[in-house]
Amino acid sequence: MAQIFPVWTNKIPVYIAAGTIILVLAIVGFFWYYGSPWYTDVGYRPAQPVRYSHKLHAGDLGIDCRYCHYDVEVSAVANIPPTQICMNCHKTIGTDNERLLPVRESWSSGVPIQWVRVHQLPDFAYFDHSAHLRAGVGCVSCHGNVANMEIVELKKPLSMGWCLDCHRNPDTQLRPRNEITNMNWTPPADQVQFARKVRSENNIAPPEDCSGCHR
Amino acid sequence: MNIKAPDAPNKSEQPLIAGNLTFHDVTEKISGVVESGTPRLWYALISITGLLSLMFFIMLGHLFFTGIGIWGLQIPVGWGFDITNFVFWVGIGHAGTLISAILFLLRQRWRTSINRFAEAMTIFAVICAGIFPAIHVGRPWLLFYVFPVPNQMSIWPNFRSPLLWDFFAVGTYFTCSLLFWYLGMVPDLATIRNRAKNRIKKIIYGIFALGWRGGNRQWRHYELAYLLLAGISTPLVLSVHSVVSTDFSVSILPGWHSTIFPPYFVAGAIFSGFAMVLTLAIIARKVFKLDNYITLNHLDKMNKIILVTGLMVSYSYVVEFFMAWYSGNLYERFTFWSRATGPYAWAFWIMFFCNVVVPQIFWSKRFRAHIAVMFVASILINVGMWFERYVIIVSSLSQDFLPSSWQYFKPTIYDIGMLIGSFGIFLTLFLLFVRFLPMVAMSEVKAVLPQANVHHQGPEAIELETGNVRG
Repeated sequence: MAQIFPVWTNKIPVYIAAGTIILVLAIVGFFWYYGSPWYTDVGYRPAQPVRYSHKLHAGDLGIDCRYCHYDVEVSAVANIPPTQICMNCHKTIGTDNERLLPVRESWSSGVPIQWVRVHQLPDFAYFDHSAHLRAGVGCVSCHGNVANMEIVELKKPLSMGWCLDCHRNPDTQLRPRNEITNMNWTPPADQVQFARKVRSENNIAPPEDCSGCHR
Repeated sequence: MNIKAPDAPNKSEQPLIAGNLTFHDVTEKISGVVESGTPRLWYALISITGLLSLMFFIMLGHLFFTGIGIWGLQIPVGWGFDITNFVFWVGIGHAGTLISAILFLLRQRWRTSINRFAEAMTIFAVICAGIFPAIHVGRPWLLFYVFPVPNQMSIWPNFRSPLLWDFFAVGTYFTCSLLFWYLGMVPDLATIRNRAKNRIKKIIYGIFALGWRGGNRQWRHYELAYLLLAGISTPLVLSVHSVVSTDFSVSILPGWHSTIFPPYFVAGAIFSGFAMVLTLAIIARKVFKLDNYITLNHLDKMNKIILVTGLMVSYSYVVEFFMAWYSGNLYERFTFWSRATGPYAWAFWIMFFCNVVVPQIFWSKRFRAHIAVMFVASILINVGMWFERYVIIVSSLSQDFLPSSWQYFKPTIYDIGMLIGSFGIFLTLFLLFVRFLPMVAMSEVKAVLPQANVHHQGPEAIELETGNVRG
């Protein structure tokens, strides 16, 4: 019987085997990297209706986060400040500033400013700001150094795996409660001992089971 | 397969292959089915089964767009036809593996006539089975959760969950069965390649024959590989359905939470699987005139296995009821009493009749050799085995611990349509198989012919010895 296939076809099974392994690894690797919020979400920086600068207010002027986001310690959500909060100062400061025009319009018309949300969790994830602050997690841990941002930008992926990284090992992220809003706080040398002490004193046990966040 | 050292045939036993065939007869007969023109009947049949498969896929599309609410599922019955079909189809597969692996290791030479299509049946049944757990999750695009792949949610499979064991059990089962089936087919594919007249056929069969030339070294490697795969597949016959049964028995629902489940499920699987092999064997034997290959002797042996496994299943039914009473657990007692007398009593008694009463006819030697009787019985047994899973799953779920939430499960058109559609897929695959692949293992059948015996004296000797004159 004549040969049906030329000699080079003997190598095909090896190529297929190698190709399969490479393909599987490539697909997993592709989704692992390009499908992750580190790639798809981090760096999100939408234009806001008001050219408000956190760098100016929280950074240079040193206003505490909680002056505007005053609910954050008692509520699940860190509130977006109403126009009235802006006007506490801006009734007297920058009254003819062009950048503040939308704020004054909102103040006179009573229609809230439509801020664009940057840090958005899915509806099936129950996140509570007050619980995290009470435990001693600083703003900077999840939001990055907002006091340095002209326009607020998403700095962390806010993915489930990222949440779990900290829930599994919270020791590096805990700080004294009076340092919570401090953007420039650096952990002391005995950070781990401190965190362990705080955790045992205040009974801080971050949940890792599904129902911890998905109720 | 027993080519290496065919044992001297047992004189008292009937010949495994009737008709005093030569090696060439076997090749001509089996290859002939693949090589001859396509019969009209085949087109007619595959049109029907193809349409049923199409219906399945259309319903599947609707399911993916709309959700599993199109089925009759409603809490507390979260598992209905979907999981019933899954368990049913996985169970069917078991006979193929038993025939190909366990009977091979036990040197049951009669397996050679039926092992090829029994294995094919296994593959196709497991394909049908695999569809249902994948689609019953409702959001099949999240199915990757069961794969251990790195992801941004840090979600890792829960290795303590029997549902995950199930995934791996069925996955392993499919892989091993496919390899086993394919490996066994390589020499036969080479035969068809060698006989092929046109170039396209030569190339296609040539690719799948993997360069088989039938040399001594190839045979040695082949037989070792076959033996190893048989060894690997053997525990699967027992383990796969045991794991499937843990889906139920690990939970705490009355009627599910029972230690008898693994052996009970395995016996049931082999029972239903042999019934399905029998159904298909009878049809194939008739349509392709394989009477010499699948003799009454083969059918008799399969009927005996059906009887034995049927008795095991019957025993399990009785023990379940006994244990429900003996345990003193009120909920367990209620569940079983309700199965036999409650809203699903009709299904229970169909199951009881088909699985306990029907196989008893095989005590009779006459019925074990009566084609029409065993054909009807084999179909009834599979009806019964489907209802067994239905009764276990639905009756336990629908009457859970909270009587206010009890609900009677009513299947919708989609439940029934997808059950029928899965038969369409199964039969379509089977029709493709009988048309394009050798449905009897030629090389193995040749090995059990008397001529394969080293002491064989030539065809005349058989005729003298047995009085079985070649004609």
